[in-house]
Amino acid sequence: MSTPEQAAPAPAGAIVPSRTEFLRRFVQGDLASLRVVLGLAVIWIIFQSQNDRFLTAENLTNLMLQITAVGLISVGVVYVLLLGEIDLSVGAVSGLSAAVMTVLNVNHGWDPYLAIAAGIATGMAIGVLQGALFTRFGIPSFVVTLAGLLAWQGALLQVLGKTGSVNITNPKITGLANIFYSDTVGWIMAAVVIGIYAGVTFLGHRRRVAAGLPGVPIASQAVKVVVVAAAVIVAVAILNSDRGVPLAVLILLSFVAGMEYVVQRTRFGRHVFAVGGSAEAARRAGIRINGIRVAVFAISGSMAAIGGILAASRLLAVNQTSGGNDFLLLAIAGPVIAGTSLFGGRGSVWSALLGALVIGSISNGMDLLALESAVKYMITGGVLLLAVVVDAIARNQRQQAGRI
Amino acid sequence: MEASTQSNGALLSLKGISKRFGPVQALNKVDFEVRAGEVVALVGDNGAGKSTLVKVISGIYDADEGQFTFDGEEVKISGPQSATTLGIATVYQDLALCDNLDVVANLFLGREDIAPGPGEVTRQLDETKMEHRSAELLDTLAVTIPSLRNEVGTLSGGQRQQVAVARSLLGEPKVVLLDEPTAALGVAQTAQVLALIKRLREQGLGVVVISHNLADIFEVADRIFVLRLGERAGTFGTDDTTEEHVVSAITGARTGQEGEQEGQA
Repeated sequence: MSTPEQAAPAPAGAIVPSRTEFLRRFVQGDLASLRVVLGLAVIWIIFQSQNDRFLTAENLTNLMLQITAVGLISVGVVYVLLLGEIDLSVGAVSGLSAAVMTVLNVNHGWDPYLAIAAGIATGMAIGVLQGALFTRFGIPSFVVTLAGLLAWQGALLQVLGKTGSVNITNPKITGLANIFYSDTVGWIMAAVVIGIYAGVTFLGHRRRVAAGLPGVPIASQAVKVVVVAAAVIVAVAILNSDRGVPLAVLILLSFVAGMEYVVQRTRFGRHVFAVGGSAEAARRAGIRINGIRVAVFAISGSMAAIGGILAASRLLAVNQTSGGNDFLLLAIAGPVIAGTSLFGGRGSVWSALLGALVIGSISNGMDLLALESAVKYMITGGVLLLAVVVDAIARNQRQQAGRI
Repeated sequence: MEASTQSNGALLSLKGISKRFGPVQALNKVDFEVRAGEVVALVGDNGAGKSTLVKVISGIYDADEGQFTFDGEEVKISGPQSATTLGIATVYQDLALCDNLDVVANLFLGREDIAPGPGEVTRQLDETKMEHRSAELLDTLAVTIPSLRNEVGTLSGGQRQQVAVARSLLGEPKVVLLDEPTAALGVAQTAQVLALIKRLREQGLGVVVISHNLADIFEVADRIFVLRLGERAGTFGTDDTTEEHVVSAITGARTGQEGEQEGQA
């Protein structure tokens, strides 16, 4: 009964994953994000070989701007998925919230920041309402938010009024998606990000050592920091060689990092995972599970609103199709492609970013190749299916290895 | 012994507990007691009232009549929270663990340690402290788990049971109720869990074990409390009774000798 992992004991006090262990984790999906990064690399190589404009600084900057809105919505969707629930209203909520902001600013002359706050508050209020309906009456979230999808789409038309489209001219709002930072500012941000990441990593390591707990060897921590630093530097260098680091990308990355911190490191996040893993166990542990659920739907609504506002800023307008089309499905497909489980309790906010990058890259690349919409939809669908199949195989592998 | 005891030695004692569900008299004037550092097995056929009695003790059901004495003082138990506050912890058969969380997260679920300093604002978890405390706790119980950072879903049934028991001890209870702790476990795993129960006794806790497995009971219990049709059908000292006597008390084959084998005299 000696499996390779057991046969090779790790040095005392250190967690050193052996190569077989690494392979097992890769296959079984513990390293889902690495799998997705590899997939992304393949996609990029394919498109680059078909059209050498794909990997230019200009196109990569465009790609980042294209995925901002969907990525932000996906951040909220990840939270809902972690509960094992679904929010089908995020597309409609993003459109409605953007419309509320725009109409207040343009037609009623509200201060732009106040209008933005009102837009986000709209999304949050809708999330609270849907979460309350879901928990209070025990209606499946699927149905509550499906009703929401229809209702908020109607509300969007109502808010927009007869014209059906409102242009945004306020520079504060349009700036969200159209401001680029200078090279210097970009490098300062890179330095700050790398500094914080390295600091947090090494301080955490020191605390574990001080507490006498087994830790990951310092060398592999250092490698991690170097890889992250290299990625940040390359990204900033590419963005700087075009128009600079866009504010929109900064907003997206801040939300991804911030919400990842909340879900992985705080008590609230721990309780989200617990409710998604076993609601009954969470309830018996004294967690107010309905409170967690309503809060998560509020987050989902708020993030949808923020994504919608960014989309409106980029489009310089809101119209009747805002938040419509495939917005909703892409926002849900992204995290699922990147490894967040639809069954709750497994996933990370990074999957929102990674998934948006995968879907965005495919869509952007196919635009460069001037493929027809028909082909684009089918290919995107195929990739989603492929990702879910890979995930299902990983799940199966885990179960066969006695892991749930 | 950590837990204080009173003159007659009972840490938790119930007098004349009755509970009725509509026409069904689930418990009829039952007296029950656990001392510190004692393992009491609660046995009986299906429907004898074992679960009802445990749920009354753990506060899930309110008793219709009867009185509780805990640690020498008369108390009222109404609601699970009040039982927990008194120092009564219950580990149910389904364990209520989150399979997707690691051992540390499960142990501290619902009472996580929060990091001091700026992390307090966001209620940041103090993972280092929790892992340290988990290692200490499992160490005192001699529970061995491959890694505290393993997901609970990857553990064996015996390990999961031990994690569930360890979790109930974090609230520093004086009495622990275990519902079928060895059901569905293999031989080696059962031995692990029984060893854990013995360590709880060594630490001066009062332990109540519901079980159908007489072999396990005879190995671990000091006293055996038999319920039959909602009434007490006898209490036996493990050392001076046999499985036959206990079985006949459970089935009612020797109703005439009810309580005769009182082993605690």
